[in-house]
Amino acid sequence: MRDRGLILTGLTIFLALLLAPVWQAALRGSARKPEPKIVTKAKQCVEPTAEMRRNHMQLLNTWRDTVVRRDQRTYLAADGKTVTMSLSGTCMSCHPNKKEFCDACHNYLAVNPYCWECHIEPKEKS
Amino acid sequence: MRVVWSLLLVGALALVGFFGAQAGGQALFGIVLPYLAMAVFLVGIAVRVVGWARSPVPFRITTTCGQERSLAWIKASPLDNPSTGLGAAARVLLEVLTFRSLFRNNRSELRDGGRFTVSADKWLWAAALAFHYSFLVVFLRHYRFFAEPVPAVVAWIQGLDGFFQVGLPVVYVTDIVLVVALGYLLWRRLADPRLRYISLPADYFPLALLLGIALSGVLLRYVSKADVVAVKELAIGLVSLHPTVPQGIDPLVFAHIFLVSVLLTYFPFSKLVHMAGVFLSPTRNLANDNRMRRHINPWNPPIVGHTYAEWEHEFHDKLVASGIPLDEE
Ligand code: HEM
Repeated sequence: MRDRGLILTGLTIFLALLLAPVWQAALRGSARKPEPKIVTKAKQCVEPTAEMRRNHMQLLNTWRDTVVRRDQRTYLAADGKTVTMSLSGTCMSCHPNKKEFCDACHNYLAVNPYCWECHIEPKEKS
Repeated sequence: MRVVWSLLLVGALALVGFFGAQAGGQALFGIVLPYLAMAVFLVGIAVRVVGWARSPVPFRITTTCGQERSLAWIKASPLDNPSTGLGAAARVLLEVLTFRSLFRNNRSELRDGGRFTVSADKWLWAAALAFHYSFLVVFLRHYRFFAEPVPAVVAWIQGLDGFFQVGLPVVYVTDIVLVVALGYLLWRRLADPRLRYISLPADYFPLALLLGIALSGVLLRYVSKADVVAVKELAIGLVSLHPTVPQGIDPLVFAHIFLVSVLLTYFPFSKLVHMAGVFLSPTRNLANDNRMRRHINPWNPPIVGHTYAEWEHEFHDKLVASGIPLDEE
């Protein structure tokens, strides 16, 4: 009864905190969408775009293991094409710039691959 | 049966979200229902809390677990029997953060030979704590979908949660703890016949629903990956009040979001509203100062007194006639 002011203050703070993203959006205006930069005429990556969007991390992981542990460098794609498994040789010929390609989405979603904790980022061409 | 129906209901709801979105209900499951659910949640919680705030609390409830403040040489227990508002606030805070009441949970059993035993049972406390904290972390991590730019704390929590760097995508410790704790809490109700007897659909359904949400989320992250860029566009659209359904949102995302919408809608009407109610527990948030301060019941009727002088005045003649001495004169 006598604590009504206190209770309503608590309720207001809770509701305000819960809606934090709404206030953030209102203050910020429209959000940028990530636009990863691709330099190529090819219609698709080694696998279809929808597949790459979801599973590129596992593809790269498999490539890493196959190359490093089994010394095999040829990847057979689902559509029958063969590709050389190499980040700097294959991937980076269409996606040459980590900042403009990889980081576009990774920063958007706060994804932080730990590869770069040991490995030096590939040198960027643009 | 009660548990079977709860699990089936959650499964059916997930299927409704999954297939409903594919059958053209993308705007319904991605925009309309989430907005409605959020509105019901916000208004519902506010109505419940205001209702509690308006209830009279005429007297301090002193069911306490410690010695009250008394003479200087008697050791008082300031946390379990606080005499000040600050102490009561600390008691509420510890209750909310560490579930001290649950820590006192006991288990009574009739053993062989009819021996009756009461023993400590910390499993409920441990599982409840594990569940609530991992839920909190999962909830906070989801801000990466709703906040742009993502606050540094969220990235920091993610890093800590994926500390072991196992698997790809990195396995979050809280995902495992969340599912295991929920599984235990459900199993606990089923394993003990007495507990099963008193468990209602209102006990099973929230557990089943949370399990459904957690498992669909786990599937989305580790198994049938979602296009998270598209999900973030959807989420940002919702919070900036310019909702759109972008291309490429997987049906499982709609199932996940639909279950969350059901949870939000169900929340204010169910036992889950203890999230707000715990702060208003009268045995936790009222300082025991009954002997120091006079608490006046706010709805007491005005007391119409009748003093001796008035009484004597009323019966004056009769008192005189019977020769009883009067105070007057
Ligand atoms: C009470 C609310 C919610 C709970 C308890 C919950 C639970 C979970 C859990 C346990 C996961 C597994 C992976 C992880 O922990 O990050 C997950 C993933 C996911 N959730 Fe939720 N969720 C909730 C609300 C939402 C909402 C509102 C959205 C819509 C934007 C959403 C979208 C997703 C997506 C897209 C994933 C996959 C994440 C990834 O691939 O990294 N969730 N959820």
